[in-house]
Amino acid sequence: MTLVEELQGFLEEATTELAKADVDVEAVRVTFLGKKGKITGVLKSMKDLSIDEKKEVGQVGNQVRTAIQGKIEEKKAAQAAAALEEKLAAETLDVTLPGAAPKLGTTHVLQQIMDEIESHFLGLGYQIIDDPVDSPEVETDEYNFERENLPKDHPARDMQDTFYITPEILLRTQTSPVQSRVMEKHDFSKGPLKMIAPGKVYRRDTDDATHSHQFHQVEGLVVGKNITMADLKGTLLSIMQELFGEKHQIRLRPSYFPFTEPSVEVDVSWDEVTADTKPEEIKWIEVLGAGMTHPNVLKMDGIDPEEYTAFAFGLGPDRFAMLKYGVEDIRQFYLNDTRFLEQFNERGN
Amino acid sequence: MKTNLKWLNDYLTPGLDLSEQAILDLAQQIELTAVEIEEVGQAAAKQDGLVVVRVDEVKDHPDSDHLHITQVFDGQEQIQVVTGAPNVAEGQLVILASVGSHIIDRESGEMVKIRKAKLRGEVSYGMLSALQEIGLPDAVCPEPIENGIYVFDEKAGVNPGDDALEVLGLKDPMVDTDLTPNRADLLSMRGMAYELAAMTNQQVQEQQVSEAPVSATQAVDQVTVTSASQSLATGVALSVINDLTVEKSPLALQRRLWTSGIKPTNNVLDAMQEQLLATGQPLAAFDLATLPDSNLTVRLAEEGEVLGQGDGEETIALRAGQDIVLASGSQVLALAGIQQDPNFAVSEKTRDVLLVAGQYNPSLIRQAARRHGLRSASSFRLERGIDRSNTQTALASAANCIALLANGKVAAGQALVGFNQEEQVTITMPLGRFNQVLGTSLTEDEILMLLRKLALDVSVDQGKLTAVIPGRRTDLRIPADLVEEVGRLYGYDNLPTALIDGQSTAGDLTGRQKKIRASRQIMQALGFDQAISYALMTPEKATAFNIGADHPVLALNYPMSSDRTTARQNLLSGLIDDVAYNVARSVKNMALYEQGRVFLNDNAATQPVEQEHLAAVLVGSIAESTWQPVVKEREVDFYAMKGRVESYLENIGIENVTFKAAKEHQNMHPGQTADIYAGSVYLGYVGQVHPEFLAKQKLPAIFAFELNLEEMIDVAKRDNAYQPISRYPQITRDLAILVDADLANQEVVDLIWQTAGQHLKTVSFFDLYTGQGTPENKKSLAYQLTYQDQNDTLVEEKVTKDFAKVQTALVEKFGAEIR
Repeated sequence: MTLVEELQGFLEEATTELAKADVDVEAVRVTFLGKKGKITGVLKSMKDLSIDEKKEVGQVGNQVRTAIQGKIEEKKAAQAAAALEEKLAAETLDVTLPGAAPKLGTTHVLQQIMDEIESHFLGLGYQIIDDPVDSPEVETDEYNFERENLPKDHPARDMQDTFYITPEILLRTQTSPVQSRVMEKHDFSKGPLKMIAPGKVYRRDTDDATHSHQFHQVEGLVVGKNITMADLKGTLLSIMQELFGEKHQIRLRPSYFPFTEPSVEVDVSWDEVTADTKPEEIKWIEVLGAGMTHPNVLKMDGIDPEEYTAFAFGLGPDRFAMLKYGVEDIRQFYLNDTRFLEQFNERGN
Repeated sequence: MKTNLKWLNDYLTPGLDLSEQAILDLAQQIELTAVEIEEVGQAAAKQDGLVVVRVDEVKDHPDSDHLHITQVFDGQEQIQVVTGAPNVAEGQLVILASVGSHIIDRESGEMVKIRKAKLRGEVSYGMLSALQEIGLPDAVCPEPIENGIYVFDEKAGVNPGDDALEVLGLKDPMVDTDLTPNRADLLSMRGMAYELAAMTNQQVQEQQVSEAPVSATQAVDQVTVTSASQSLATGVALSVINDLTVEKSPLALQRRLWTSGIKPTNNVLDAMQEQLLATGQPLAAFDLATLPDSNLTVRLAEEGEVLGQGDGEETIALRAGQDIVLASGSQVLALAGIQQDPNFAVSEKTRDVLLVAGQYNPSLIRQAARRHGLRSASSFRLERGIDRSNTQTALASAANCIALLANGKVAAGQALVGFNQEEQVTITMPLGRFNQVLGTSLTEDEILMLLRKLALDVSVDQGKLTAVIPGRRTDLRIPADLVEEVGRLYGYDNLPTALIDGQSTAGDLTGRQKKIRASRQIMQALGFDQAISYALMTPEKATAFNIGADHPVLALNYPMSSDRTTARQNLLSGLIDDVAYNVARSVKNMALYEQGRVFLNDNAATQPVEQEHLAAVLVGSIAESTWQPVVKEREVDFYAMKGRVESYLENIGIENVTFKAAKEHQNMHPGQTADIYAGSVYLGYVGQVHPEFLAKQKLPAIFAFELNLEEMIDVAKRDNAYQPISRYPQITRDLAILVDADLANQEVVDLIWQTAGQHLKTVSFFDLYTGQGTPENKKSLAYQLTYQDQNDTLVEEKVTKDFAKVQTALVEKFGAEIR
């Protein structure tokens, strides 16, 4: 067997080795291509050959080396691919098992309603007054009642039984006193006053499904030179459609509040109202009170009722939330059962 | 007020349409134009088959000691009815609920059908009834049900076969209106007539009775009246009716009363009540012969005076100097406008009646009615405001009614005190004001037409409208009141819908409002649900978790329940109540926060300082997975809560935050609580609620914090300063030291920062070890220090030098052993 034949035989031999599934590729490389490998061995033994023969054997040796090298790389790649596949297979999970879910906090449903009201009125250019200085929850009798045209002994004080701390200091029964605190400071040379005042209010009530000694109110007030009841109607329609949906309608009924004249009670339609809806089919739900600010209130806050007119309204987030979501017990809002709170997540947006 | 529309039609020309649909439409119109409606319908509701029958025969039931077998005649045939009524007698006209009729069951309030029945072997075709058994409330029935069935008076003019519901007035159409405090005029038939006339375009006929016989002696020769002060009553008028006979009222009057919610008694009082309903003028009747003195006085109660005689429960101790009384000589006859002494009341023996009509001070009446817990039809009307121009007319009319009904004679004239000529109320205003306020474009004619519907006397002169206000409309005093009248009669439905004209102002949140909103968002991102708890609690809870010093409690002077007496000074107490509520419902894991006011009161005479606070609680497991071993067993601990506070403060923009061990918070774990500072500003604290506190309520471990949001709003950054991320490499050094076990990490970190030189970027703590190999009372702490130069490549030697300084300082200051 000539050296050339021997070298060519190595290729065959290596190919056969590498074809084995669990072959040690590195061992094959050492065997054939290593410093003490078979090819080197053959090449070392050609010192007795002629130049031409050396040249030929050398060439064949390189060809065989390259060929085996190629085969080895090929095999290595194949083995790596197989190993990866095996690893991935081993790492396979049951993707239907539950994930590790970070818990998100939720906004209280009353806060959501108030946020919605605030956004709406910010868009209409209103200020929001909710700081402790202009909107204190512990108020004076003067601001809560007298400035709202409810002198001591006024029969309407019965309508809102009050938690007093001293004869002059009380828990506010409404967010209306914020009006006076803001009106007396407003600079009308800079334009009309448009404000809402969200916050907690308190009444001397026994807690049950529909009464709560603590609830929320959003008072609204606009004072300017040509503010009309038609503006009030339009404003209330816009906020009701924001909260209940744009196909809902409102109606105004006469009512009485000491701080407004005329005063109205506002109903919103329970269902959507279309051109085909017959008036007698509309179910009306009482939602809020409103009116044109009483001249006495304006006067007490230093505003000339001959020159300025104003409207005011009081929104009840608790009542809205009860209507909107069918919450039957107002106490749910203040007991903070997490199973209750967590139902009102961002899905509502 | 319950208004009988059939009665109301006496006042109206041409009269209301009383068909069922017309009444429903009217009710709707009342709601949209005046006041809310409580109820519309008939007292009879859906009852039927009730007929007037004559009792022709009564026999005792052979097998019963209390049942009777009767034969009754319904106008067509004789019917056998078995009854247990003790008062049944031959010749009576009574009510039969015949077989197939429907009546309202007295006990259940349900409609039941009457069937043929056998009572101890005897067949009964129906049931003889009392008024209570056909839907009238006990409070308005003249006789108690124990007295038996209702028997028609012989003079009632009813006949066998008549529809009993009809003749009893129970089919009269009724409208029950709610009342707003201003519309006192709607507390009388007369006022209601004017209101409905305006709505339905009718004319009002005043109903005055004046045709009774006149007695020989004038009223002023029989009685006189004086008043201590005009401030007690603007007028009191007395009338006398002589020689009358007190007896039962005729059915026509009785049914008027019981449909209006008043129990008939006798003809004098019934006529008086009817006139009270008709005119709204409160009246009181006394037996003239029983009065010790014919001079009556209106004055304030004196010390020790009582209403009533003896010392039983029937007497009322009067409030001296505050209760208005009506007295005869020294004898108190009545707490004016509220309650009479029954000893001077009209009885069957009464022959001469004194009738009193007063205009007592509304404010004093209101206080007295509240004080004594007595509210009468009279006091209610006096409080709200009566038609003072009509008192004498109403009294005259009532006296005549009584005389006619009770066969008496009216003494001419009235004894009077007060009634000084009151000025006529007029309102003058620019005509343009109506459209200016309402946003309408009504013409002068339209405005006048609307106001005239209310029977106001209106005129216009040079663009100014003048309206003369009748006495019954005590609510109309200023131009805005007339604007309301025009608005509601025009119909609020017809108002245009507009949105404020003129310059539009920009609405924006203040910096404070933005921070508070951001604060809520961060808390929610950290996994806390927003809670809103009650701000009123017990005094103990109100101060249980205060930040800083306690303030005197802010207590209600008349709380509703012992649980809610005091305004909170911290939010945590409320959140712990929420935790307890959840735990009681088997909720185990909770993350709740609340943002709201606390009330710090240092001077009871002024309003307290109100601060916004932020508080949170963390309970149970904070694991994100229910089954993966690594994250499953994550019970909440101090560091979980502290980490959340740190994350919150970082995000809201608070810098230089430090935590200091705090042992002095009464209801917090002394070893697991830290006060939180931003520089030198005290913000609040974080820690575990004291295990003893929790054990009392059987609550699991609660980790909590409470922060003063006001301080945070003040110190929080309001901008995000951008710094380019350094392109130069970072170099890190690990530092492990053995120090005394009670040395706080904060002290080590502070010293590292103080001595590290300018290139130190971060210090991160990564190991605490106290186990095997650490000496007693020692602990091993490990930190990684990261160095970086913003502008240049940092050289190893520089870092090594800086790091060495830190090591030296730790050794020198804390005796640390570098490991």
